[in-house]
Amino acid sequence: MAKIMGFNGNAAVAYAMKQINPDVVAAYPITPQTDCVERFAEYVSEGLVDTEFVTVESEHSAMSACVGAAAAGGRVMTATAANGLALMWEIVYIAASMRLPVVMMVANRALSGNINIHCDHSDTMGARDAGWIQLFSENAQEAYDNLIQAVKIAEDMGVRLPVMVTQDGFIISHELERVEILEDQEVKQFVGPYQPRYPLLDLEHPVTYGPLDLFDYYFEHKRSQIEAIDCSLPVIERVGQEFGKVSGRSYGLLELYRMEDAEYGLVALGSTCGTAKETIDGLREKGKKVGLIKIRCFRPFPKEAIVKAVSPLKGLAVLDRSATFGGFGGPVFTEVRSALYDAESRPLTLDFIYGLGGRDIFQEDIATAFSRIEEAVKTGRVEKPIDYLGLRE
Amino acid sequence: MKPLEIRWHGRGGQGVVTASRILAEGALREGKYFQAFPEYGPERMGAPIKAFNRVSDQPIRLHCGVTNPELVIVVDPTLLTSVNVLEGLGEDGIVLANCEKSPAELRDILGFKTGKVVTVNASHISREILGRVVVNTPMLGALCRVFDQVKMETMLEAVRAQFGEKLRAEVIEKNLSSLKKAHEEAQVG
Repeated sequence: MAKIMGFNGNAAVAYAMKQINPDVVAAYPITPQTDCVERFAEYVSEGLVDTEFVTVESEHSAMSACVGAAAAGGRVMTATAANGLALMWEIVYIAASMRLPVVMMVANRALSGNINIHCDHSDTMGARDAGWIQLFSENAQEAYDNLIQAVKIAEDMGVRLPVMVTQDGFIISHELERVEILEDQEVKQFVGPYQPRYPLLDLEHPVTYGPLDLFDYYFEHKRSQIEAIDCSLPVIERVGQEFGKVSGRSYGLLELYRMEDAEYGLVALGSTCGTAKETIDGLREKGKKVGLIKIRCFRPFPKEAIVKAVSPLKGLAVLDRSATFGGFGGPVFTEVRSALYDAESRPLTLDFIYGLGGRDIFQEDIATAFSRIEEAVKTGRVEKPIDYLGLRE
Repeated sequence: MKPLEIRWHGRGGQGVVTASRILAEGALREGKYFQAFPEYGPERMGAPIKAFNRVSDQPIRLHCGVTNPELVIVVDPTLLTSVNVLEGLGEDGIVLANCEKSPAELRDILGFKTGKVVTVNASHISREILGRVVVNTPMLGALCRVFDQVKMETMLEAVRAQFGEKLRAEVIEKNLSSLKKAHEEAQVG
């Protein structure tokens, strides 16, 4: 019987971490993640978990400790946000390169400067090429569900890669919501016992991690890393289905909302997808054939699923909650549009950068994105392929 | 379906965020869907702050700010004239305020002719019962006069759950008494 809790996103993730009971957690506090690690530290001090909780002096050290502990053979987790993730950068890549199944919650927050504590996706998007699997969450429930699934995905013997589970800072991390939790035993059974692979502490079978790897083999190692993350796509889908059997909530790479007969689509990530669903219901009542393509898994990028979902559309609006300075549109737009290049049919596609530094996005903004794409399709012309929502200019 | 939306006005340190959480806890106990979230800015004691609730029988999918609440709760009387507490409130809206005025007097002050106005002297009630001004819990009692999604007894349970581990039993009882008294004394007009 599912238990209902009033949790914000941070509390939901901390609770999932408690139920997972990892061997090691190393973390450094940063807004808006702090509340999550504080709660987990309470579980540690109350003796509710067996975790070795390492309070480090920086995020660089947090990820370093995670890499060491995971290489030693432990199930390892951490959490961060924004500049904390930026400070980890060097080691974030190393965790993926060493194929260590670390799980990290990121409470999405704008990167400085100027200093801003609110939500955008610039932190996670900056780490999109680091070799981590990236799962986005629409609400606190999904943050909880994704975190539990992340362990199973990361530790799958065909994957063995670190997973980042994101939730929108403050919007989700600090919003109290209704969250259905699983029983401790169900979580324990779902993630299963940890099976380390080539652990450093297996003294009978000594191994080396992270040695010098020059032009003779580095390239082959990177090639195998590319293969590994590509091969995680079916695993992410399978784990999403398995989670559905336990919880009643199944997950895929994408979530399609009212797309059956849609002519105009919207691509978005995170909490905005909830507001978009409400907006779409309103527009549908007015006879507009609109739908949502929610990207849950951004890395690896689910190219085929996206092309299948959007190629029949007339028009597509992509929402990007981060900017690529000097690039051609935001990161989601760039990927979606590139994926569509070889498709037999493809919609007119517009990019809307929005919500930087926590700027709110309302239903009216989302409706504007739909009307802009409808207008472009009617005239057959895209005046501005990359534009902004909710910006004063 | 649009969820019922509530906006709280108060000052940093008055327990407004806690009140919105207790309301959410009450909604949880009634089997409802709910959200509670503050407006995050610089956190300063005494500065005007806002917090929000959404309550519904259906899953709540909106994650944007609340711009058109059905109900506005003003915890600090000085905000009635220094902040536009009516912002975005519809004609059918409800204003619930902690103040010494009658609903008719408050209507004049705010220039609010329609909807409903509820007043309660929560500062006085909490000073009498708790010996100091802690207005967030009495306001939840007054709220139950015009808000039927969380029953009075459920609200009392929610307060108990919120403070159970943090306050002494005697202080919790006083909070509950102030909540009940505010519920009785609130004037609806």
